[in-house]
Amino acid sequence: MSRGQGGRQGERRGPSRFQKPQHLGSTIRRLSRYLKGRLHLLFIGLVLMAASSAAGVAANAMLRPIINAFVYEHSWQVALPLLLQLVVIYLVASLAQYIGSRVMVGIAQRTTHALRRDLFDHLQQLPLSFYDAHSHGELMSSFTNDIDNINQALDQSLVQIIMGTITFVGTLVMMLLLSPLLTFFVVLMVILMFLIVGRIMKHSATNFRRQQASLAGLNGYIEEMMEGQKVVKVFNREAETIEGFEGRNEELRQASTRAQVFAVVLFPIMGNLSYVQYAFTAMAGAVMTIRGIFDIGSVASFLQFTREFSRPINQVSNQFNILISALAGAERVFRLMDVEPEIDEGRVTLADGHWLVPAGAPAPVAIPGLENETRRDGSRRVRAKGDIRFEHVNFSYVPGTEVLHDISLYAKPGQRIAFVGSTGAGKTTVTNLINRFYDIDSGRILIDGIDLREIRKADLRGVLGMVLQDIHLFEGTIADNIRYGRLDASDEEVREAARLANADGFIGHLPEGYNTMLTRDGSNLSQGQRQLLSIARAALADPLILVLDEATSSVDTRTEAQIEQGMDQLMAGRTVFAIAHRLSTVRHSDAILVIEDGVIIERGDHDQLMELGGRYYDLNIGTVELD
Amino acid sequence: MKRRKREIPSAAPGREAGQDELRRRSVSETIGRLTPYMRGYRAAAVLCPVVMLIEVVTDVTIPLLMREIVNRGILAGDQQLVVRYGLLMILSAIIGLVTGVASAFLGAYAGFGFGARIRDSLFTSIQRFSFRNLDRFSIPSLITRLTNDVNNLANTVMMLLRMGIRAPAMFVFALVMAIRIDAELAVVFAVAIPLLIVTVLMIMRRAHPRFVRMQSRVDRVNARVQENLAGIRVVKSFVRQDHEKERFAEANDDLRNSAFSAISLVIIMGPIMSLVVSGCIVAILWIGGLRIIDSTLLPGDLMSFVTYVGQILFSLMMLSMLFLNFTRGKTSSDRILEVIDTEVDILSPEAKPDFTPVARLGDASIRFEAVRFRYHGNARDALEDINLDIRPGETIGIIGSTGSGKTSLIQLIPRLYDVTEGRVLVGGVDVRDYDLAALRDGVAVVLQRNTLFSGTIRSNMLWGKSDATDAEIETALRQAQAWDFVVADPAGLDAAVEQEGTNYSGGQRQRLCIARALLKKPQVLILDDSTSAVDMATDARIRRVFKSELAGVTTLIIAQRIASIEHADRVLVLDDGRIDAFGSIAEVREQSAIFREIQESQQRGIAS
Repeated sequence: MSRGQGGRQGERRGPSRFQKPQHLGSTIRRLSRYLKGRLHLLFIGLVLMAASSAAGVAANAMLRPIINAFVYEHSWQVALPLLLQLVVIYLVASLAQYIGSRVMVGIAQRTTHALRRDLFDHLQQLPLSFYDAHSHGELMSSFTNDIDNINQALDQSLVQIIMGTITFVGTLVMMLLLSPLLTFFVVLMVILMFLIVGRIMKHSATNFRRQQASLAGLNGYIEEMMEGQKVVKVFNREAETIEGFEGRNEELRQASTRAQVFAVVLFPIMGNLSYVQYAFTAMAGAVMTIRGIFDIGSVASFLQFTREFSRPINQVSNQFNILISALAGAERVFRLMDVEPEIDEGRVTLADGHWLVPAGAPAPVAIPGLENETRRDGSRRVRAKGDIRFEHVNFSYVPGTEVLHDISLYAKPGQRIAFVGSTGAGKTTVTNLINRFYDIDSGRILIDGIDLREIRKADLRGVLGMVLQDIHLFEGTIADNIRYGRLDASDEEVREAARLANADGFIGHLPEGYNTMLTRDGSNLSQGQRQLLSIARAALADPLILVLDEATSSVDTRTEAQIEQGMDQLMAGRTVFAIAHRLSTVRHSDAILVIEDGVIIERGDHDQLMELGGRYYDLNIGTVELD
Repeated sequence: MKRRKREIPSAAPGREAGQDELRRRSVSETIGRLTPYMRGYRAAAVLCPVVMLIEVVTDVTIPLLMREIVNRGILAGDQQLVVRYGLLMILSAIIGLVTGVASAFLGAYAGFGFGARIRDSLFTSIQRFSFRNLDRFSIPSLITRLTNDVNNLANTVMMLLRMGIRAPAMFVFALVMAIRIDAELAVVFAVAIPLLIVTVLMIMRRAHPRFVRMQSRVDRVNARVQENLAGIRVVKSFVRQDHEKERFAEANDDLRNSAFSAISLVIIMGPIMSLVVSGCIVAILWIGGLRIIDSTLLPGDLMSFVTYVGQILFSLMMLSMLFLNFTRGKTSSDRILEVIDTEVDILSPEAKPDFTPVARLGDASIRFEAVRFRYHGNARDALEDINLDIRPGETIGIIGSTGSGKTSLIQLIPRLYDVTEGRVLVGGVDVRDYDLAALRDGVAVVLQRNTLFSGTIRSNMLWGKSDATDAEIETALRQAQAWDFVVADPAGLDAAVEQEGTNYSGGQRQRLCIARALLKKPQVLILDDSTSAVDMATDARIRRVFKSELAGVTTLIIAQRIASIEHADRVLVLDDGRIDAFGSIAEVREQSAIFREIQESQQRGIAS
């Protein structure tokens, strides 16, 4: 697309993992609105998970009476009911864990499903200026990364944080009950471990960022060189290219080795430090038992507790990071949903080939040759014929940088208007205004005498057929793609449209004809074939006004000449706005407008302009470069 | 938003290697193929599991020491023994800490060292690729292999070096310890371990297809979003928002359902694992407890046993995770090896006793002898029955419609592709007998798809001649009519060039690419539609320069515009892979209906 001006703002690159949400409160409130109707389920899920952790703590506590029953009382009769109790606790724990996680998975899936749906539906309503300001990658990343993070936060992080906390607190309480002195000692050790983990995590984060940076550097290099690989071959530059690669590769190796070491080293450090703590507890417990102030069962229970106690720290802090980045993701998703949708205040509608202007709407401008009948209820009925007028139109994509200045032009029904000018001169912009992809700053555009802004967008676009420069095909069959022009078209009509666009020939040669599947934006077709399909699509739509933006630019001149007949048929009886790079295509237009820097500098038909000896003449004679 | 057009002349549509015919290698073959890339990191790769083994030993020693503290310390009332064994326990934890850290370091060092090696080798392989090889793999697929796949593989190797030892060693050692403490109690494992393995395998087997389906649903949702972002103008101009919402809703519903069905199956694993562990503990407490009452088992034995239960079953879970990771790494490895193993079909000929590759172009004549050429995997010939004789210093214009074989023809001269039949001679020598670098130095091609690289004007020009002086660069830029806009920028030759030269207009880019090719001082110069965006007057000036300053250079110009080839010595008209006419422009105009048709389509209106 040649839109020339208007930079892309806020391109987001790299991992979003380390970002923090800014409006925590409102984000959580909005997210919980998505859980509405499922809040009780969420509550049940979390309670079940909490119960499962509590049962785990209880099971560890049961070790003490059971072991003591065997060791000190030598009685299985005492131990049996305790063991049965333990069985029940274990069963409860597993069952609660299963039901709880099932509930949470359901909640997570339903919530993200709803988020995806709402986000997609909202994006469909956004104006094109929004798409100009955001890269596809950025929007894609909201659909994938951000929503995935929310999903993970709901079905894992939240659960694990709750479970970890319950385990931590429950274990602490149990330990305190068993021995406050030993507990004090354990807590001291845990604080020490906490500090160590914190330090490592900090290093780990910086190293990961460094790794990310060198990865991006290498990937950029790889991408550029792969894209230009054939040029590399032609210039015998393989050795230099490899050399450039090796430096970056080595840099990445060092960065990722360091990042990975810090990521992995946490596990042996935590595990073994907790063994040190275990050893101290064992010694102290044993000495206390020998001195008669503790017992073997308590030592067993307590040791189990010390192992459990430090585990959640790691886990909870990890999950907290995920939760935070999920909230940041949710915030981004909601920010997208808050973007103002395309406004449509149009009240004029289209029915049976007539514009219906309701009473109260500004009266249409009378245009000679267009009947304009007023009905009893005050509404008016105007025959839709495709008369277009621009009156002193000014326009800017970005406020402050005007790209079209004082454009006035008219096209009577059935006339063919061509736009000529360099890339970025504003040709495509003019056509973007007709279909109201963008709204003008001042002046007005009339269609059959009615101000464009008064017409309902869907009806306006219904009478316009666009064959755009940037051809886009959808996943589906060839027939599906042509039928995009009119969803209820019959197979015969689809075929007819393809014949008109001269696309029937190559479609016949495809393995499955009209039923051939197009994947990845029709990458299995040539650019020229894609263009023919998009012409067929417009033909099927049977619009009143046709906009052709470089419609045949990728077809060679000879093939173009062959399509021309079909194109003539397609254009007959319609108002046509055509932008063409190739001057041969504009020659037969009723009027040719030469646009430079957003201003119409010449207008007239081919002969008049050639006589004028201006820019158009230069272009034709070939002293000026078009691109 | 910038979509790159990719027009491979007529390479087989839609057939991308690696999608349909990725060869799955056996595990032993994979290991055999990959170990050489460990070179330089072998010591680390060997040391890592050894060190890891020590850590595992300390892991299983600790419950054993615990047992002594209870049995011989508490029960005997021996405080000194308690302290002694306690200190041993701390020592063992410290050894575990040191070895654990060391193995983390060694694993990362070896894994990512290996990754860098294999990435390097992959990249080097691709540099050797011929055009045909490049057509076979799509560019995005090569990029993914160099980035994601290599990363996956490096991670898998690191995992295998560490966990691949840890999990089985832990399993065996802990099991042995448990049996040594009390073989009778260990019978519990005989029930628990198979039970766990069978259920885990059963769940994984049933879950796998569900996850595959879920992944395809994820891809579909993403594809829907992607195509709507790319085609938003089409959607809006046809007012198809509701249609698209419906299509998306369908994909989205499918994703929710398949995700739920896949995930709800695997979440059974956690509870089942807990159940088996709890079952073991209850059984051991009961059986062990009764034995304690009989005094055939000591309380310390029981306590350490419970710890071993955890270690054994946990290591089993670790193994299953390892397995999943391994499968992923294996796929990546297959995809990487596929590229490395690709046979490069165009190589510089090797010197043999009776043959030395020709290192210099003789003269700049070009000869095609009964050449037939077909792109690999295509059903039709791109060129057939081509016989041409081009004299040194001649300028040849080539014209014909899209797909007529123009690009295919010129690509045979610098051996970007090899002929299917017949031969191409440059300077009287078969191109296949030239040293490849020498041939391509002598024959400069400006490709249809121009690429400039990020850097400066100078750095791009140095591609043509790596030791070119500023004066030489200036001459080339002047010849290509690019000097004016280069000096207009105050930075001059140091002006920044963005990736793919996007900060220059199409016409400027084309002229820079021509200058770059001229710097090679080639004997044969080929321009493949390289002035299409240049205005006609400048185009004419470039052609004049070619005539006056590059008189001895054989020049082949492919063009769309008749005007661009009007001054050629001879014109070649191609049609559907065959020579339609070859001769002076007057001759061609007379002989070729196609030429006349093209001329008419371009002249209509001008005369009027």
